[in-house]
Amino acid sequence: MSAITINNISKSYGDVLALNRVSFNVAKGELFGLIGPDGAGKSTLFRILTTLLLADEGEGYVVGHHVVNEYKEIRKKVGYMPGRFSLYQDLSVEENLSFFATIFGTTIQENYDLVKDIYVQLEPFRTRPAGKLSGGMKQKLALCCALIHRPEVLFLDEPTTGVDAVSRVEFWDMLQKLKQKGIAILVSTPYMDEATRCDCIALIQKGGILSINSPQQLIDDFRRPLFAIKTSATYRMLKALRNANFTASALPFGENIHLITTSKMTPKEVKEHLDELNIPVEEVTAITATIEDVFLELSTLKEPIKE
Amino acid sequence: MLKVFWAFVKKEWYHIIRDKRTLLILFGMPIAQVLLFGFAISTEFKGARIDVLDQARDDTSQQLIAHLQSSGHFELNRLLTSEDEMESGFKEGSTKLVVVIPENFGANLYSGQPVDIQFVADGSDPNNANTLVQYATTMLNEFQKDQSASTENPFQIQVENRMLYNPQLDSAYTFVPGTIALILLIVCAMLTSLTIAREKELGTMEILLVSPLPPLLIILGKVAPYALLAFLDAILILVLGNFVFKVPVLGSVTLLLFCCLLYVVVGLSLGTLISTRSSSQQQAMMASLMGLMMPSLILSGFIFPLSSMPGVLELIGQIIPATYFIEILKGVMLRGVGLRFVYHEILILLIMVLVLLLLTWKNFKVRLQ
Repeated sequence: MSAITINNISKSYGDVLALNRVSFNVAKGELFGLIGPDGAGKSTLFRILTTLLLADEGEGYVVGHHVVNEYKEIRKKVGYMPGRFSLYQDLSVEENLSFFATIFGTTIQENYDLVKDIYVQLEPFRTRPAGKLSGGMKQKLALCCALIHRPEVLFLDEPTTGVDAVSRVEFWDMLQKLKQKGIAILVSTPYMDEATRCDCIALIQKGGILSINSPQQLIDDFRRPLFAIKTSATYRMLKALRNANFTASALPFGENIHLITTSKMTPKEVKEHLDELNIPVEEVTAITATIEDVFLELSTLKEPIKE
Repeated sequence: MLKVFWAFVKKEWYHIIRDKRTLLILFGMPIAQVLLFGFAISTEFKGARIDVLDQARDDTSQQLIAHLQSSGHFELNRLLTSEDEMESGFKEGSTKLVVVIPENFGANLYSGQPVDIQFVADGSDPNNANTLVQYATTMLNEFQKDQSASTENPFQIQVENRMLYNPQLDSAYTFVPGTIALILLIVCAMLTSLTIAREKELGTMEILLVSPLPPLLIILGKVAPYALLAFLDAILILVLGNFVFKVPVLGSVTLLLFCCLLYVVVGLSLGTLISTRSSSQQQAMMASLMGLMMPSLILSGFIFPLSSMPGVLELIGQIIPATYFIEILKGVMLRGVGLRFVYHEILILLIMVLVLLLLTWKNFKVRLQ
């Protein structure tokens, strides 16, 4: 039995299509990432799976229970951490945790082993109101509260948004440990660099799934020639590249431009072509793709970027 | 299940005692309201300044002027010499009432001729003007009675007023019941609708819904502390009214508290109903202020009598719970009546509870939409 199964789920808000025939499967003990920008429909999908919203079409099952007909069963077995920090700000760390333990019919002591690694970091702030914690600490507390009843599936909606880089890495380390305890985790993030920490990811854009695979497989499948171009005149270079006949796509990427060419070329050949354009080029290197390249490539294929 | 309920009550309790605003509304407001209504809004007055245009200038007119001042309600400001001066006092604001005594006042009074005394009051302040004229008329009647007793005029109709249940016409007798009705509504309906709306606004409702808790328990756990506090408020106001303003509780205290409990349940179901329809605290606040407070203050018969309102307003007044609750309070507290005389109102409140709970049930969502 898989932890989550969804089939052709669609949902629209008025005229806006938030989810368009989404299907995937999450196995028990799998860390599944939902990767996509803001407004891609990630939160809507979370709310449908946590039985908070009704889908317009399609079927969903969580731990074998139907998301509409058997919502009461699902609510006993899942842990949910909404995108926004949703604990009681005026209650202390300890009061929050023991409240959530009680409403799920358990105690902190009973499941302490599960949250121990996380809770020890919160211990020094036990009596501090949750609203006065730092962003990283808030997320750790929220994770504790979602975990305290030993759920079979954990839904984490953008848990690392607004959290500093160090805390983000720590947070993902924790998820790896939880996975080993057999908890299936569905996690969403807008940060592409976090995708590699998942067992499997679904790239989602404008309510539609672009691709589902393991991060490594997605990267390996990316067989197109990719170059990083370093230049001082990014905008001019982009414009020139997009008009060049050897360009499949050219997109700004941090301080570089990532160029995909239509045919196989060496960096040297690319550099020669660029020199002809008469725009200063500092460096051209052939690189392996990142998840972000894959995402951008897939999303441009579906929807050509206009000038 | 009981443990979960207690955890909820405890959590709600923390919210209340850690929020100064809630505490202020809970305990500051009833005290302030009772004291304000008691001391500021009073229909009695003392030392209102009057002008007298005495055209008779005889002994009897002097006696009348002295008599008017004898009670301490009126104080002579100026003796006018001509009609032209009458308005100037009003314009300056130095006088509230002008008394015009006609020529040959004494002679006409004793010989049984008609005597016209004129009271001129400032109509731009109608309530005040009315009260002043009423007081002055009463004093004039008294004066006439005294004078005619000495002349043995047999053709007199004597009117004796007696204000049952509130002989002093003390305003505290109406505002204590009214304030209880308002405060209970604020605590039960407004605060509970706010606290439920806050859970929605902060997103905690999402987590509560995605938990094994039955919705009924969520609502009960949230409203229980407020029910208790509302009850305490009712007792606080009764005690304040009794000790500071001497408003009695003549009827059965048990019946009174039972009715308070019933009204608290009405308020709580109103509050939860409002919260099911509003997604933010601001919405809940507006709904309870405009939809509950205003009508309860104006249309419940607390300040203005219901029977003198135009048909539509009277009809609205009749569907406001406070209307019936105030009736019950006045009956039990001031007239000392028993269940037999208020069962009609109690029945209406019970029906309201049933209807409101049914509506809340229909409107409560186990999901976000």
